[in-house]
Amino acid sequence: MNKIKLIILREYLTRIKKKSFIVMTILGPVLFAAMMVVPAWLASMEDTDMKNIAVVDSSGIFINKIPDTDYIKFEYLENKSINEIHKDFSKSDYYAVLQILPSITYEPSAVHLFSDKQTSFSVKSHIASAMEKELKNRKLRAHGIDEEILNSIKSDVSIRTIQWTEDGIKESSTEVAMIVGYASGFLIYFFIFLFGAQVMRGVIEEKTNRIVEIIVSSAKPFQLMMGKIVGIAMVGLTQFLLWILLTTAIITGAKAVFFPDLGTKNAQEVVAQDLFQQQNLAQVEQIQPQELDKVAQIFNSVKSIDFGVIFGSFIFYFLGGYLLYGSLFAAIGSAVDNETDTQQFMLPITIPLILGIFVMMNAIQTPDSPVAFWFSIIPLTSPIVMMVRIPFGVPYWQIALSMGLLVITFLGSVWLAGKIYRTGILMYGKKVNYKEIWKWLRYKS
Amino acid sequence: MELLKVQNIEKRFINHLALEDVNVSIPENSIYGLLGPNGAGKTTLIRIINRITAPDKGEIFLKGKPLQPNDVNLIGYLPEERGLYKKMKVGEQALYLAQLKGLSKRDALKRLKFWFEKFEIQPWWDKKVEELSKGMAQKVQFVTTILHEPELLIFDEPFSGFDPINANLLKEEILELKKKGSTIIFSTHNMGSVEELCDHITLINKSKNILEGQIDDIKQKYKSNTYEISYNGDTDKLEKSLNEHYEIVEKSKVNGNNSIKVKLLHQTNENELLSLIIPAVEIISFNEIIPSMNDVFIKVVNEYQS
Repeated sequence: MNKIKLIILREYLTRIKKKSFIVMTILGPVLFAAMMVVPAWLASMEDTDMKNIAVVDSSGIFINKIPDTDYIKFEYLENKSINEIHKDFSKSDYYAVLQILPSITYEPSAVHLFSDKQTSFSVKSHIASAMEKELKNRKLRAHGIDEEILNSIKSDVSIRTIQWTEDGIKESSTEVAMIVGYASGFLIYFFIFLFGAQVMRGVIEEKTNRIVEIIVSSAKPFQLMMGKIVGIAMVGLTQFLLWILLTTAIITGAKAVFFPDLGTKNAQEVVAQDLFQQQNLAQVEQIQPQELDKVAQIFNSVKSIDFGVIFGSFIFYFLGGYLLYGSLFAAIGSAVDNETDTQQFMLPITIPLILGIFVMMNAIQTPDSPVAFWFSIIPLTSPIVMMVRIPFGVPYWQIALSMGLLVITFLGSVWLAGKIYRTGILMYGKKVNYKEIWKWLRYKS
Repeated sequence: MELLKVQNIEKRFINHLALEDVNVSIPENSIYGLLGPNGAGKTTLIRIINRITAPDKGEIFLKGKPLQPNDVNLIGYLPEERGLYKKMKVGEQALYLAQLKGLSKRDALKRLKFWFEKFEIQPWWDKKVEELSKGMAQKVQFVTTILHEPELLIFDEPFSGFDPINANLLKEEILELKKKGSTIIFSTHNMGSVEELCDHITLINKSKNILEGQIDDIKQKYKSNTYEISYNGDTDKLEKSLNEHYEIVEKSKVNGNNSIKVKLLHQTNENELLSLIIPAVEIISFNEIIPSMNDVFIKVVNEYQS
C-alpha cells in the first residue's frame, strides 16, 4: 500500500511542477472567462459614432416614419436623385443613403442602402424593422383598423417553464439546463481525452526510458499502473478545481471592472426574487407575468439548478469515465514502443467517445429520448451523455443504474488493462496486434 | 547453506517454452554466474526470482522459505534494459527508487549521501538525468540497486556501457559487496568477467540448465588432458619418443622455442609422458591446458545442440 502511495505522489508531484501544468492552469480560466466576458463586453460596447443617413423616398410612405436613435439620425431629402448624392457623397457627412423605390409596397427588395463603406448590421436591422412595422400598420389601416386598435393589440408572450417536482414546483429554464449540460458533458469528454492520453504517454515514457523493469522489481506492475492512473486523476481534479476557483475570481473581477452597475442590479433582483418565492411558490398560478423580466427569470432558473448535484455527479462521472478509459489508455501505452504505434489501438477507444459527443448534441434537444436514455446507461458513453441529461432532471433509478454499471465496467477494464499492462511493459521491439494482446490476457501473472 | 533455491521452474509463453524444469541453488555469500546464449531464458528466470512474472510450475525458496511478495525488498536488481526518468532530478529519483524498496526517507538520504560521496557524484544531485552521460546514469543506477543493502543482488550485464576505469570500479564494488556478505547473481556474456568474479555458475541453454557447479570443478571436468610442452631440441625426435597413448594436437614455434600440445589418451599420466620425452629434448616448460570458461561455454552449448 505504501508503495502505491509513493507512486501516486511521484506521478502527481512531477506533473503539477511542470511548466505546462502551470501555464494550462492559468491560461484555462483566462480563456473560459474571456469566452464569457468578451461577448458581453462587446455587446455592451455600443457604436457611439453619430451616423447621418440620407433617405430618398420616392414612395413617399416613410417620410419621417423611421425613428431616430441616439446614434442614428435620418434626414429626408426630397427632390434629390440618388446620382446627385452619389457625386457629392464623399464631401457630405452622410454615413449612408437609403433609397426606397415606389414598388416597396409589393416588392420587399425595393430598398437599397448605399454607402462607401460596409454598413453596420445594427443600422441595417434598425431600418428593416422600422420599415416592416410601418408597412404592416399601413396595410392594417388599409383594412380599416385604426391607430387605437393597433396600439391595443400589441402583445408580448414570455413563457416561464415550471416543473412539478415531488417537493412542490420549481422554475426551470431549458436554456440554462442546456448550457450547463453541454458544458459539463463537453468538459468530461475533454478531460478523459486529455488525461487519458497523459496516462498513455506516461506509460510509453517509462517503457522507452527502460525504467519500468527497475520499478516492477520493487512494486507490482498493477501498483505502478494504478499509481499512475490515480496520480494523474488527482492532477486532473486539481486542475479542475483551480480552474473553477480562478474562473470565478476572474469573472467576478471582470464584472466589477466592466459592469459595475450589473452587480447591484442583480442583487436587487435576488432580493425581489426571494421575497417573491417565499410568498408565492405554492400559488404560482397567481403570479403576474409582468413581475418577472427576462433576466430575473433566467437568474431564477439558474438558482433552481442544483449545482451541488451537478458538481457531485461531474466528479463521479469524470472519475468513472476516466478510470474506464484511462486504464485502456494505459494498456495501449504498454503494448507499443512509441506513440506512433498507438493509432491502431486508439480507434476503438476514440469511437465511443466521439459517439458520446454526437449523442450529447441530440440529448441536449431531447434529454428523454430513447437514444439519450440508452447512451446515458451504457458505460462507455454514459459519463458524457448522462452529464448532459442531469441538469434537465433524471429519475434517480436511471442515475443509480448508470453509475452502478459504470463502476462495474471500470473495475472490469482496470482488471483487463492490468493483465495487458504487466506483459506489455516488458515487451520490447515487437509489433503487437490484437491477436498478440489476446494471448497476453491468458498468461499467468 | 543456499540462499536461494530454484526448484523445477517451468514457464511457458504461448509460442515457446521459456524455462523447463530449471533447478538452481545459489550458495550464500557467493557470486553466481548465470550464463547462456541469447534467448536461452536467463532474463525470464531473473524476472521470476524478482517476482516480476510468475512461473507456471515450480517454486523459489529464499533462505529455505518460499519466496514472499515482500521479499523483493531483500533483492536488488540491475536489469539489462535499464534507464531512469529523464526529466527527474538525480537525487529525487534515487530517493524515490530507494523508498520503493522499503527504505525510510531518512535512511535513504543518509545512505545516498554516503554513496554519492564514495563515487564522487554529489554534484549531480540536482541535475536532470537527461543531462548525464550513459555511463554516469549507470553509476546512479548501480547506487540505487545496492542502496537498501539487499541480501541478494542480481546484476544483468552490469558492465555494458561502462568504460574500463568505471568497469573496474564496479568490479571492485561487487567484490566488496560479497565481502560484506551479499550473495550475487551475475548474468553476462562476458566470460572474462565470469572467471574473474564468479565462484559458481549455471549454464542455461534452450530453456534448460545443462551445467551447474563450481567454476574450478567445471573446468576440471572439461579439461581434455592436454599438456603444452615447450622445449629446445628436435621435434622429430620428440615425436618418435611418443607411443600410441599420446596424440599430438598442435605443433608450433613460440619466441624461438618449440612448443607442442599433447593429449593423453588412456592408461597413462603426465609423469609417464615426462619420462618419455625427457631423454629426447630439453624441456623449458610443462603445463596442463585448463579450458577457459569461454571454451567450456562453446563446447557445452555445441555438444547440446548436436
